[in-house]
Amino acid sequence: MSEKHSIIPVWFFVGLLLLIYGVLILGSGLVNWSHPPEGVELTNLHAPVWWGGLLIVLGVIYCAKYYPRSEM
Amino acid sequence: MIAMMALNAPSTLVHLSGVDLAIIAIYFLLVLAIGFYLKKFAKTGEDFFLAGREMTAWVAGLAFVSANLGSLELLGWAGNAYQYGIMAAHWYWIGAIPAMVFLGIVMMPFYYISKTHSVPGYLKLRYGTEASALSAVTFAFMTILMSGVNMYAMAVVMEVVLGWNLHFSIIVSSLTVGVYVAAGGLFSAIFNEVLQFFLIWFGALLIPILGLIETGGWSGMVARIHQNFPGANFTHMWGPMSSASNNPMGVHWIAIVFGLGAVQSMGYWTTDFLVVQRVLSAKDVRSAKLAPIIGSFFKMAVPLIVILPGLLGRAVLPFHLVPGNVAQPGQFKYDDVLPLMLARYCGPGLMGLGITALVAGFMAGMAGNVSAFATVWTYDLYRPYLRKDAPDAHYVSMGRWCTIIGLLVSIGTAYLVQYNKSMMDYVQALFGFFIAPLFGTVVLGMLWKRVSRMAGFWGLLAGVVTSVTAFLLMKFDPSWVKVFAFSPSAQPLAQAMWQALWACVTCVVVTVLATMVTKPKPDEELRGLVYALTEVPSEEHTSWLHRPVVWGGVALAILVVLQIIFW
Repeated sequence: MSEKHSIIPVWFFVGLLLLIYGVLILGSGLVNWSHPPEGVELTNLHAPVWWGGLLIVLGVIYCAKYYPRSEM
Repeated sequence: MIAMMALNAPSTLVHLSGVDLAIIAIYFLLVLAIGFYLKKFAKTGEDFFLAGREMTAWVAGLAFVSANLGSLELLGWAGNAYQYGIMAAHWYWIGAIPAMVFLGIVMMPFYYISKTHSVPGYLKLRYGTEASALSAVTFAFMTILMSGVNMYAMAVVMEVVLGWNLHFSIIVSSLTVGVYVAAGGLFSAIFNEVLQFFLIWFGALLIPILGLIETGGWSGMVARIHQNFPGANFTHMWGPMSSASNNPMGVHWIAIVFGLGAVQSMGYWTTDFLVVQRVLSAKDVRSAKLAPIIGSFFKMAVPLIVILPGLLGRAVLPFHLVPGNVAQPGQFKYDDVLPLMLARYCGPGLMGLGITALVAGFMAGMAGNVSAFATVWTYDLYRPYLRKDAPDAHYVSMGRWCTIIGLLVSIGTAYLVQYNKSMMDYVQALFGFFIAPLFGTVVLGMLWKRVSRMAGFWGLLAGVVTSVTAFLLMKFDPSWVKVFAFSPSAQPLAQAMWQALWACVTCVVVTVLATMVTKPKPDEELRGLVYALTEVPSEEHTSWLHRPVVWGGVALAILVVLQIIFW
């Protein structure tokens, strides 16, 4: 992103956030797998599990692609 | 502390678990860390106020569209979708896409090539100090008031939705925004806007996905709405607008096309410095042209996470929402539809993500206001009128202080609004007074080199006076609604469109007439500022896949297809 400055690309921070959130949401989905929260619809679809998984995948891709590597 | 406040929550729309609070806390920590990290890069004026002019088209484009994707907009437009149906999508489609493409293709080269720091800065170069000062003073004043209004509105939403204490929300959010914007300037604001963009999409996209699964797809949702509200038309965009009395908004298609599409949205997207500043941070002219066009594709998709949840609310909620001004205790308002749908489908974790998206939207909105305020104050008021030849570091320091002072004034405004709630309506209306005529002034100045210095000023002033007059007459004497809006049933949204149209027409007419009787500026002073005297870099050697005009055409073609599908 930066030519004048060597700033870590914003995409790396995006990836980091998605990765952390993915882990937390997936974990929460697994913990609640057999005890779904009351008042929430369509819990049989286990949305937190696959949504958390999706965030983890995207987070890993962004972190890996935009990981700040020092120039040789 | 967040946990303590949340635990003290009274009856609220949603309840947060430990994992939800962790998600919110991580967001605050990350944006503060990014602000401190970026501080070392924001050393010069260009760094602090324009993010070094080194953003790629994608970053500038996402920041551009995110600056308008605040939480008030999300909650408000989801509420409007519940109230008016899919017609609310006009504000995302015809009310945004043509203006964004126009900004990218036609106007951005002039803003960028003139190397201006702001829209008032462009007016100063093109017209002179009169039009620029009028625009800068009103923009700085309005921006800071709007920031306060947004701050108060955020605190109220957090109180209603989460039960958080009003003072807690105001102080924590403004402290966080103050720290990261004062540290990293526009770098920080743009980084946060890009984060916010992802948070909003991933926090809200599950609502339409799960909602459509529950209703059995689009046709199932439409069938349920017809079943719940027989005779009402919530799922067509243009059909009910042949007459203003045929639709709940009280709007005729002429007002949508000319008032919203040709004036109101053009004014907002092309001259509101809050959004234009994001594009000015682009690294070159082509990126600056592409950024709003990239933004237009995402803007076109926003109804998925805003309008569709409002419609789904009509289909699946077991109770009816009511207007905010008549809601009794225990009743939910139109604007509650998005949090209600979030609570319907999102359990622990996902709820935290959704709430973080709302918090991020509020904070990014505040950051956008204070960073734009700091730029306009420093470059368009302080430097030309108070201290002309200070070193660059002095202006950066002024920008940092402006950020803090701007937030303090915003906090004061927020508390003022708390004790005088009608002020909120006036402040929001005030912003509209300047946007439509400003579009007339800027676009005439860019496309017609004959427009003179004083013609620009008098046209802008006449447009603003027309706008204020129309607003006050329609507000205090409803009989004027029929005069200005051609229908006594025009609702405030429709009135605002006609008000914008009248203001812009007046501005253009007065500018043209004044131009005829005043002396034009010499050509030498207009090079790089007007169409006839500016050499825009040629794109004939760029592959067609990388040409902004091609993607602008694609965006417009998709817009037309969407109108046909949802006619």
